[in-house]
Amino acid sequence: MPRLVSHPDEVKIVSRRFGMGAASIDRYIELGGYQSAKKCLEQGPDWIINEMKASNLRGRGGAGFPTGMKWSFVPKQSPKPKYILVNGDESEPGTCKDHLIFLHDPHAVIEGALIAGLAVGAKLGFIYLRGEYRYLLKIVEKAVADAYAKGFLGKNIFGSGVEFEVITQTGAGAYEVGEESALMESLEGKRGIPRIRPPFPAVVGLYGGPTVINNAETIASVPHVIEMGAAAYAAVGTPRNGGTRLFCLSGHVERPGVYELPLGYNLKKMIYEVAGGIRGGRTLKAVVPGGSSTPVLLPEEIETLGMDFDQVGKAGSMLGSGGVVVIDDQTCMVEFALRTISFYQHESCGWCIPCREGTDWLKKSLTRFHAGFGRAEDIDNIRYLAENMLGRTFCPLGDAAAMPTIAFVKKFRKEFEDHLNGKPCPYARQGVPQLTVV
Amino acid sequence: MSPKNTSPETMSVFSPQLAARFDALVEKYPVRRSALVPMLLYAQDEVGYLSDAVIAEVARRIGITELDVRNVASYYSMLRFKPAGRYNIQVCTNIACMLRGAYDLFERFEEELGIGHKGITADGLFSLEEVECIGACSWAPAIQVNYDFHDELKPDLVPGILDGYRGQAHADSSRPEGSR
Amino acid sequence: MPDVTFTVDGKKLTAPAGTLLIDACRRAGIEIPAFCYYPGLSLQAACRMCLVRQEKVPKLQTACTTQVAEGQVFYTDTPEVVQSRKAMLELVLGNHPLDCPVCDAGGECELQDMTFKYGAGESLYAEAKNHRDEQQWSPAVFYDRPRCILCYRCVRVCGEGMDVWALGIQNRGVNSVIVPNEIGKNGVGNHLDCEQCGMCIDVCPVGALTSGSYRYKTRPWEMNHVSTICTHCADGCKVTLGVRQTHEGAAIIRADNRDKSGINGDFLCAKGRFGFDFVNSEERLTTPLVRNAQGKLEPASWEHALHTAAAKLKEIRNARGGAAIGVAGSNRTTNEENYLLQKFARTVLGTNNIDHERSTDYAAFARALAGHTGKTAGLREIAFAPAILLVGGNPTDEHPMLAWALRADARLSKARLYIANDKPIKLVRQATATQKIPAGGYASLTGFLEAGSSSFAKAILAEESLVVIFGAELRGADVESLVAWGLKRGNVRFAYLGDHANSRGAADMGLFPDLLPGYVPVTAPGAFAEYSGLAAAPGMALPEMLAAAGKNELGALLVVGANPIPRFKLDPAALQHTFLIVQDLFLTETAALADVVFPAASLYEKPGTVTNTYGDLQMVVKAADRPGVKPDFEILVRLAGAMGADVKTLVPFGRGGVSADLGQSRGVQSGEADRHAVWLEAHGLEPRLSPFDPFAVLDEMERLIPGYTLNRINLFGGNDVRTEPGSGPGFVPVAALAGADLIVPAHDGLFTSATLGRYCRGLNELERHQEREHAAAAAD
Ligand SMILES: Cc1cc2nc3c(=O)[nH]c(=O)nc-3n(C[C@H](O)[C@H](O)[C@H](O)COP(=O)(O)O)c2cc1C
Ligand code: SF4
Ligand code: FES
Repeated sequence: MPRLVSHPDEVKIVSRRFGMGAASIDRYIELGGYQSAKKCLEQGPDWIINEMKASNLRGRGGAGFPTGMKWSFVPKQSPKPKYILVNGDESEPGTCKDHLIFLHDPHAVIEGALIAGLAVGAKLGFIYLRGEYRYLLKIVEKAVADAYAKGFLGKNIFGSGVEFEVITQTGAGAYEVGEESALMESLEGKRGIPRIRPPFPAVVGLYGGPTVINNAETIASVPHVIEMGAAAYAAVGTPRNGGTRLFCLSGHVERPGVYELPLGYNLKKMIYEVAGGIRGGRTLKAVVPGGSSTPVLLPEEIETLGMDFDQVGKAGSMLGSGGVVVIDDQTCMVEFALRTISFYQHESCGWCIPCREGTDWLKKSLTRFHAGFGRAEDIDNIRYLAENMLGRTFCPLGDAAAMPTIAFVKKFRKEFEDHLNGKPCPYARQGVPQLTVV
Repeated sequence: MSPKNTSPETMSVFSPQLAARFDALVEKYPVRRSALVPMLLYAQDEVGYLSDAVIAEVARRIGITELDVRNVASYYSMLRFKPAGRYNIQVCTNIACMLRGAYDLFERFEEELGIGHKGITADGLFSLEEVECIGACSWAPAIQVNYDFHDELKPDLVPGILDGYRGQAHADSSRPEGSR
Repeated sequence: MPDVTFTVDGKKLTAPAGTLLIDACRRAGIEIPAFCYYPGLSLQAACRMCLVRQEKVPKLQTACTTQVAEGQVFYTDTPEVVQSRKAMLELVLGNHPLDCPVCDAGGECELQDMTFKYGAGESLYAEAKNHRDEQQWSPAVFYDRPRCILCYRCVRVCGEGMDVWALGIQNRGVNSVIVPNEIGKNGVGNHLDCEQCGMCIDVCPVGALTSGSYRYKTRPWEMNHVSTICTHCADGCKVTLGVRQTHEGAAIIRADNRDKSGINGDFLCAKGRFGFDFVNSEERLTTPLVRNAQGKLEPASWEHALHTAAAKLKEIRNARGGAAIGVAGSNRTTNEENYLLQKFARTVLGTNNIDHERSTDYAAFARALAGHTGKTAGLREIAFAPAILLVGGNPTDEHPMLAWALRADARLSKARLYIANDKPIKLVRQATATQKIPAGGYASLTGFLEAGSSSFAKAILAEESLVVIFGAELRGADVESLVAWGLKRGNVRFAYLGDHANSRGAADMGLFPDLLPGYVPVTAPGAFAEYSGLAAAPGMALPEMLAAAGKNELGALLVVGANPIPRFKLDPAALQHTFLIVQDLFLTETAALADVVFPAASLYEKPGTVTNTYGDLQMVVKAADRPGVKPDFEILVRLAGAMGADVKTLVPFGRGGVSADLGQSRGVQSGEADRHAVWLEAHGLEPRLSPFDPFAVLDEMERLIPGYTLNRINLFGGNDVRTEPGSGPGFVPVAALAGADLIVPAHDGLFTSATLGRYCRGLNELERHQEREHAAAAAD
């Protein structure tokens, strides 16, 4: 069972009910649950969307797109049914926050989806969990059944005559299916190949109907935004970055865990104070700030770095999915790069040439390189390859592989050079096994 | 959840419970086909893997070609076309787990079980797999055994975990068929 | 869509809003490289070769999915775009085996061409390439994964284009692989259960899918590529024959759709693609045969064979009159040959006993349409018709190109397809509405439509315009009532489904006992009155001739490219008293009974024109050469010459000699070959003047046949031209004639082609493969 942590700097909004038994509907109601939905039902769609806009809530799935704006793109009138899609595919390495939400507060997701449905006029929502989260699926399924029983879901919610239903869905192992249009394909029973855009999901999404797709944390934040009021929520973060985030601290820190901190919280402080510093008193070598696809940052780059979408972007990386992976001085960055790219090679859907072939060649080159058979020109070739994938792939998975690779080579060129001349890896533990994931 | 010992080829493909679950599932969605991925996973849970018979049965129940089912099934890494062990041990070695010793953990599993990546023990009880991130990064290193998570592991905990499953298997097999 | 103006590389271009940038550029002569884009198939945006820079857009955009809008600005040749293309090629070549020297596609490979054009010459990588063994999926199709660039053209053409869906994509990432629908144990022995059309091979831009009949035979540049018309069904697809010189002439090595300029666009079926090998068959007749005193057929010289046949024909004609001689023509010989055959029969043999193996009731169709023009639909019109009513027929099996066109029309233009049939044909999958007709119940169809009470009829009546396509189930009065219904409604056009490459031409050219070319009744011959010795009374139909032969009343029978013995299930003994002359490719059941057999050239070995069942007339081009054989045209001319007939009357060529009379001294009826030559010269084409040149009769055909005017620029340019013989004002239809019962449709399927099909080894193999597939499926 994942361990819960806490720290005085935390501002517990989304995680407020964690560890309080809120997976039970009675407990959830006791803790104020389903009041936001009720309020939204009374206030109507325009009010909800305005609140969402004013809250400065931005998508927690990775790209940080303003949620209120996304909802406002859904056409008011549509000949096809509209849908709400909760993205609980959580597969970005370094990220494990939705895991906790589904475990401790599944009703927040259901209530959030319901509010989204009210806002855009959708009558059906889907909660899509990655296949590995089977034990969480059971919890969510139970929560959905309980919500139906209480009349929060169904043909006549809160006795208002308004309809909103929720269907849970499971994936079966595919990172790419977290990408919004690939997720829709998967939900339609197909291979998880992303769709050509435009049209965007808000106009043509699931089953061809207008669709709002949001990350589970985004959706779970929605009832809190309503409960607190947009202004209060916005005030928690930094300008244009409302509220808090669940930061998943992992790697070489003393106290790894999922901490809820206001957006804009200093990264150095996050590592050294919240997470207790580098394990075993070692020194920090690098940090991946937002899941494996975000470019790595050096210690000097995090001194004054506030963790919000804009500041991390300015620092040349991305806030991403909230996965903060901390790397100490004993780590081989070539191996780290290799393990990162192996993941993307394994997860590439194979649709487009640059991603399919690029990730495979990067993996092969890095494997050889790390094993001590590198050639001097490989270093530039790896970078050249990644740079030629960047921005040219069918979907952002290719970028997600290219961006960190470029950063690894750029920022740790010396470590690459140290691997040359037939030496085995000079940094890491001996006898690193060949990667075998296929 | 654990696969049956009987060969799926010689049995009626799905148990009555699974068949009923499918019937409910296909009706649930706006489009029948949406049930495909969950159906495959649930069928695999019962039968152990996606045998030719399972593929044919799923295709029939959804009303698509077997080719189409295979196209989809082969995309997803949790779906398999060959049996795995009764307890499929999936060790995450992705970055967060790697930094906290996932490879040592994986090696320990290899040693204890005498098998490597995608191997199955001779008694069919365990199979071993190196997998991508399973969403337990802050509790690394983590593994899944079938769908159960075990986190914050150390190599020394491996024998205990294996013994636990051996015990469970023993208890299961001494109970009458159908009560599992 | 209104036109919009946008800029590409500084050039202002105009196109309807929403046009794909790649199409707009290509139309303007700006090349955008692409692997996955294939016009008419769904968009993929997968190969990323078409990336271009759009002003004010952060990332490079795929030209294959970008729809043009007013004021957009694009660049397709900046260093960035050029580098992107090069990198894409480097990436795809990384895992490519680069086995071009032994690859079938070498020389006509899009990957090779693009690498040549956009660079990526040196390899950056030191890694081993991913390998998978080649697989044979059927006698027709082989798959080599390492060469595959995963453009998914094959998957789409099979699914979207053919509605067969036999190809899939499995696994993901770099392990992705194209798979056939039948999976062997552990992936070994994967095979295809499909229509074996070979379209996937044609659309594959590289050598990943190769053809069982062609692989490792030769290199593309060692062949001449000759575009001609397929000899099999009545759709009239253009097929490109790959021809290589051999020590005894020129052999056809391959047939495909390399030249996509035909009426069939992208399409070619299994018969077109694999059914060419009869040409090279060892069973071909290559020398004339004459029955000797012992009653055995033995090889003879052309002189001897011609003399024997001519002498006998002349003797019988002179002794018993033309009525004692019968003539049967072919569904696969050219229009010129058929025209000549009937003229020979009528003016040299002096008989109206001429017929062919009728595949459908074109005569009734012409009669029903008499006096109307523009009421028939060519294949091109059908392909874009907004609404189609298909009555009877089974296009998927018998008219594969029509089926392709109807599917494309439904898919791309949202055309409405209405199907009335007694069988559940496959095209119902594209149908808007279907109506089950009881077997033999087609007679009541017109009444049913007219009543307009069913929802099916109502939907059809609501259509503003309609193309009605009907099969051989409808004949005689049924055809006439359906056509009359349509003519009354206005905006309705018709097409009638016959069965072989020139069945329509055989009918149009008057291979009828009662009808002259253009369905002109022999009883009212009009312009044909100029034929000397034309008998006024209708002759015997083919079954009547055969019956007469059985009663020892037919002195001689000349059969050109037909095999009536099996077709009419005739007892061979019936012909024992008749002097039988056969022109054919093979020693068929009928030829085996002959007294004289002439080895004929196939449709792939001679020039001329053929008319498909929709009335689209196209030129066939000589591709191969087989020593010993002669085109039927030449055989007939020689036969007439040997009979002492005036060849120049029969074939109006160069009166007075080739050089003496180039167009100066011609009258209405003379020197037409010269006029033809003048016309050709005026259009920069090479004149050929010889009595054996089939085009020598083209002028005469146009002059005499009502409603038969050919657009020659188009024709000689290799395009299809419309014909509507029998239409037009002044055409007098013959009164109702018996004939409906003379029709014996061949109902050939995907791999059969009447007698000819038996000699196509490749097709036979495919048929056996599919039979095994069906047996295996049934056993499951
Ligand atoms: C390759 C790829 C994988 C992704 N995986 C996830 C995921 O697992 N969970 C998620 O919420 N968003 C994921 N996203 C982002 C989604 O496409 C989408 O932006 C997000 O669900 C929108 O929700 P938000 O606006 O609430 O962030 C992924 C994107 C890409 C390109
Ligand atoms: S086989 Fe040819 S057509 Fe099919 S995906 Fe591969 S390269 Fe494309
Ligand atoms: S043609 Fe545009 S991506 Fe292939």
